[in-house]
Amino acid sequence: MPRYFLGRTIALVLTAFAASLVVFVAMAVLPGDPAAIILGTGARPDTLAALRAEMGLDQPVVWRYLDWIGGFLVGDLGTSYTYSVPVADLVAQRAAVSLPLAVLALVLSTLIAIPVGVYAASRRGRAGDLATMGVAQVGVAVPNFWLGLMLVVLFSLTLGWLPASGFPGWEAGLLAGLEALVLPAFALALPQAAILARVTRSSVIETLGEDFIRTARAKGLSGEAALWRHAVPNALIPVVTIMGLQFSFLLAGTIIIENVFTLPGLGRLVFQAIAQRDLVTVQSLVTLLAVSVIVVNFVVDLAYAALDPRLSRGGAR
Amino acid sequence: MRSSHLNTLALAASLLALGAAGALAQDRDTLRLGMQLEPPMLDPTAGAAAAIREVTYANIFEGLVQIAGDGSVVPALAESWEVSDDGLVYTFDLREGATFHDGTPFDCSIVQFSYERALAPDSTNAQKGLFEPIASTECPDPYTAVVTLSQPSSRFLFNMAWGDAVMVAPGSAETNKTNPVGTGPYRFARWVQGDRVEMTRYADYWGDAPAIENLVIRFISDPSAATAAMLAGDLDAFPNFPAPEALPQFENDDRFTVAVGATEGEVLLSLNNARAPLDDVRVRRALAHAIDKEAMVEAVQNGLGTPIGSFSTPASPGYVDFSDAYPFDPERARALLEEAGAAGASLTIHLPPPAYARRGGEVAAAYLQQVGLDVELVPIEWAQWLEQVFRGYEFDATIVAHTEPRDLDIFARDEYYFNYGSEAYREAYRRYLAATDQEEQAEIAGELQRILSEDQPAVFLYALPKIGVWRADLEGLWTNQPIPANDATEARWAQ
Repeated sequence: MPRYFLGRTIALVLTAFAASLVVFVAMAVLPGDPAAIILGTGARPDTLAALRAEMGLDQPVVWRYLDWIGGFLVGDLGTSYTYSVPVADLVAQRAAVSLPLAVLALVLSTLIAIPVGVYAASRRGRAGDLATMGVAQVGVAVPNFWLGLMLVVLFSLTLGWLPASGFPGWEAGLLAGLEALVLPAFALALPQAAILARVTRSSVIETLGEDFIRTARAKGLSGEAALWRHAVPNALIPVVTIMGLQFSFLLAGTIIIENVFTLPGLGRLVFQAIAQRDLVTVQSLVTLLAVSVIVVNFVVDLAYAALDPRLSRGGAR
Repeated sequence: MRSSHLNTLALAASLLALGAAGALAQDRDTLRLGMQLEPPMLDPTAGAAAAIREVTYANIFEGLVQIAGDGSVVPALAESWEVSDDGLVYTFDLREGATFHDGTPFDCSIVQFSYERALAPDSTNAQKGLFEPIASTECPDPYTAVVTLSQPSSRFLFNMAWGDAVMVAPGSAETNKTNPVGTGPYRFARWVQGDRVEMTRYADYWGDAPAIENLVIRFISDPSAATAAMLAGDLDAFPNFPAPEALPQFENDDRFTVAVGATEGEVLLSLNNARAPLDDVRVRRALAHAIDKEAMVEAVQNGLGTPIGSFSTPASPGYVDFSDAYPFDPERARALLEEAGAAGASLTIHLPPPAYARRGGEVAAAYLQQVGLDVELVPIEWAQWLEQVFRGYEFDATIVAHTEPRDLDIFARDEYYFNYGSEAYREAYRRYLAATDQEEQAEIAGELQRILSEDQPAVFLYALPKIGVWRADLEGLWTNQPIPANDATEARWAQ
């Protein structure tokens, strides 16, 4: 286990470092001058030069990378070119919206998908299976922003239960905050749940065909008990893999959903920062997101090891 | 993101059909405005984004003079002013008793500081050019400011009313980006980045207090989300409403007022006058004949917007109507192209992100193909547009709106992306600046428009409309938009 852990940790650090380099180079070669964007079409050359100097853009590119990554390593994410506030503050404010949203969506999709997938597997080929998987098929095809708009039409405009957009801030109270996140969380969760339910179903079906299930039934367990006690736990590895991948998708999905619902989250921050060539913010934020995805994958790897002890002993799966 | 945007736009219609019919919630102490773009920061003297002005202008910051809703220059921190006969010396009588929101008193030293800061070598004022005629700012007494120009500039007063020329105090200038401190009737309360800016009435304001105590400006970029927020009563007004196709819904709902006004923004098919075959005036005129501007306004702006023929709009003083100079006539266009040896020429049009450019580009391409041109459309981001088109001059044609008011000077500049080097125009523009007499000035403004109409350095398409949607019981917002601003200081609820 320690060796497995160490190997994974080294891979994590190297991947994060490579990600930071890729992001930096991509932003450096991207056409577009942040100073020109701030000053617009009426700017004089001397004004542009003054602003570029103020932002440190007149420094050599290698030095800019070292300066940024050095700060990043000690927790200084730099100062946003456009907002003129520390990127760390921006990230903290925005993460307070995006993380609860992503976690809520992940929890919702899991709570919906696993029972549905297991139910469909247990009714394989029968009406219940066909109906739930038919719905899931539609769910996979539906884009989340469209779903988001439909939820707004139903719950905000027609029923008037929930706000159509915006986020009042957590200081307005937990309930007000959650009210603003419910619709976007469902919009994110339902398409994900559809995928997860299909994966759960096929994984459970595969496990149900294994010898140990037959053995369990043979020693007298009911079909229901064999399903929940033996089949489901053994079917979870692919499900956990997909959940890990989905967390990355959730972070990406928030870019669109946060625009549809006008939520001040990380996704909208990335979107705005790229459009405005707020290089420091993009670099720090995308690197942070990359690190979080890498860490989630790392946790998923560890979860495999917990679910399947053979992995950590270096044995073949 | 782009495809999702288009899809959401298309969805707006279905969304609207289901709009709620219930009464709108109301808090009479707070005015909630919507804007499409969030300002990157809140200091109008340090960035060009129109959104900065749309939050702060007249609400938080004031200049010596200010633009009113009808486009006229009105007194603000200067009660009155006198101009010397040679047009070089402006003497401003400053308002006594005005203070910044942090208590700093306003006097002539503030004027001196603000103008000198904008002109300093390390200044990052996006419109430093506005201040360049200033030779000196002097204070004979605390409430008199004497501004001397190095050459007469008939535009000087108007320019000092821009958001870039507002008064800022030495103690707060550096932090205005995140904590704006001005002299206006509203003081900044907080900015929830990505969501909204909040302001409250400033108790010690020198003038009349605004009728509504709190002002909240929310940022909603998606057009259908903006529509939903208005319909759901989350907002009281959207002064620049981004979804023209949703207007019939609001027009037929007596809870709302729809106010369509004019802006000083011209939408142009800008041409690179240095590139063949666009260096030939016959080709540029052919393009003007080839495009049906009425149909473009219909397709892009739902019919709202006025076709133009030169670089001015009906909202600008001295506007001369040249919209009939190049009637839609594909035959004539083809003949002109033939004559110039440019039949079948290829043309690339770069399209920045706004809908007027992306949709307008498709309409323009369809018309230009009809006269035999080989058109390629290249959608690009703003950042790239600024770098490649605006500063690099690497383009044939592009669609863009020039929203600055009274900006006839851009065609007179030595270096500008049109590459339009007309000596006749520059000479006329110099006379325009030197004219101190209003009538003479208007006459030369007409002459400038005529030269541009004849030369067509760009195909002048239409004047951008200002589409406002707000609650029927709200009064006092601007219908026209002479400069980018959401002056909320006159807003009040109808009784």
